[in-house]
Formats: sequence, C-alpha cells, structure tokens
Amino acid sequence: MADRHPLFMPLILVGGLIFGFGLGFSQMARPEVVLDFLQFEDFGLLFVMFGAAIVSGVAFAVMPRVRDRAPLTGDAYERRLKSFDRNVLVGGAIFGVGWGLSGICPGAAYASLGTGNVAILWALAGMFVGAYLQGYWRSHTADTDAATSAAD
Amino acid sequence: MTDPIALQAAAELFPNGVSRYAVGGLLVGLGAVVIYLGTGIAAGASTFLESTLSYVSDQSRFQRYVASRDWRVVFTLGIIAGAAVFAATVQSGVITTSLYEAGSTGQLYDVGGVTLWMTDVQPWRLFVGGILVGIGTRIGKGCTSGHGVCGVGSASKTSIVGVITFLTVAIGTAQIVSALGVSP
Repeated sequence: MADRHPLFMPLILVGGLIFGFGLGFSQMARPEVVLDFLQFEDFGLLFVMFGAAIVSGVAFAVMPRVRDRAPLTGDAYERRLKSFDRNVLVGGAIFGVGWGLSGICPGAAYASLGTGNVAILWALAGMFVGAYLQGYWRSHTADTDAATSAAD
Repeated sequence: MTDPIALQAAAELFPNGVSRYAVGGLLVGLGAVVIYLGTGIAAGASTFLESTLSYVSDQSRFQRYVASRDWRVVFTLGIIAGAAVFAATVQSGVITTSLYEAGSTGQLYDVGGVTLWMTDVQPWRLFVGGILVGIGTRIGKGCTSGHGVCGVGSASKTSIVGVITFLTVAIGTAQIVSALGVSP
C-alpha cells in the first residue's frame, strides 16, 4: 500500500526476526522435537506455546485500555476473535493429522528453513499445495452458491 | 530440601529442561507483540500460504488477501532471517549459552563457518503432512501462531477449541504413526 507509514514494513520485519529467532531458539523449528512432544517424550514444547501466548496475552489485554489506535496503521487495538463454526473443528482435525505426521506447522517451517533445514521445502511445498486445493475448492463452491442464489 | 522423586519426575517429563523452551516461547510472543503494538495486527503465519498464492492465482479465495499479501511476505522473510541469525550465532557457537545443546536429533552440517541443521524426518512425511497442514490451517481459521499464540492470548473461545482440537488429533496421529514403526 502506497499510503502506509514508512515504518510499517520495517516493524513487520523486526517482529518477524524476533519471532523466527525464538522459534529457532526453542527448537520448535525441528520436527523431531515436536514429534517427541506429541509422543510424550519431552513436554518442554508446552512452554513455547504457553510462554508465547502469555506474552501476547498481556499485550492483548493491556493495549486496548491504554491506547485507542495503533501508531503505524491507525487501526483499533482489538483481540484476535474469530467466529466459531464447524470449520474450526474440521480444519483443526485435518491440521492435527498433518502436524502429527510431519511435526511441522507453518511458522516453524519458515524458521526451519532459516536454520538450514532445506528438507523442510517438502513440507512448504505440501502446505502450498494444500492451501491451493482448499482455496480452489472453496472459491468454486462459493461461486456455485452465489450462482444458485442469484438464480433463485 | 528438594524431593528426589519430584526431581526424577521432572527429569522424565522434561529431559531437556524447560529453559530453552520458555525463553524461545517468550521471544515468539515478543515478536507477535512488537507487530501488534505498532500496527494492531494479530499476526498468524498460515495466511501467508493463501495470500502469496494470490500473486499467481485469480481464485476468489486468494484474492481476498491481496491487501495484506506484501507485509505477509515480509513477515515470513523475517521469520526465516531470524532463524538464520539463530543458526549463525547460537547454533554455530558464536554465542554460547547453557540453554543450547546441539541435541541428538537431525544432522548438523557446516557451510562457510555457519553450522546448519537438517531434519532426519522422511520427505514423504513432510510433504503429505504439509498438504494436510495447508488444508487444515486454512479451513480451521488458523495455525499454531494465529490460534495458539494470538488467539489463546486473546482468550478467544474459538481459538482455544481450535488448539484443543489440533493438539489432541496431532498427539493421536503421532502416537499411531510411531506405533506403526515409522521412524524418523
């Protein structure tokens, strides 16, 4: 966007750098470590997920009370709330099978590439294929729905 | 006095301790907070998959992400670069900390003085698992960062249910795959 604040992209980059360094440091970027957790051999990964959620939770709780709008976008500080429907369960279950089979999730996959794990390109290629398949299917289902209701 | 039985239980549950996990998790949260403080955006990692497809596909599902696709590319490049900084410093031993151990998983290799790491997990597991991750995170409205970090941090009921769902199914899947003798 041409009218974005000049510090918008640099800030996103800095946030990504810290996020990626943290994923590397926690070793969540290693599929073996995730699989050890899922197989109950090392529960340390709980500290990565909940540690991160607690830190972000403080910001999500505090910022809406102390400031109305974010400085670089003018957007209101809001919590991340998504509507609940069957998709959350169906998608979550499909994601769970994939995560349990591969030991890798999207953010950790990007970080894994950064630590030199070129084999993770298999997982990234798979993720793009999967995202494309569901997007193609949903685009066409939505089109069909729209056409049907238009015909009605 | 520390109870030796409690110590032994902790050693079994956390054979690598908890410090590196907690420190890494705090940094992951801090990265999300930096973006949130500046922009109000609760960033997730999996939307990048669809927003990036909008550069090459006209499908309506991907075109809805055109407005955010540029910064999502920057966010992902930042994650890759941040992990590369970790590799070039801590993993390469330039910065030494008792929290880092090379570990017994995967293979370490050296390129130009930088210690890199490669997984032993078989390519078919990564690829097939990746396809399901790509489908599931996008249908399920989020992944480990969107639901797990930002959503749970927002005390969102949807995200908490999402996390419980994918965590439970992932544990079941990993246990079954392991029981079938698939390793690594």
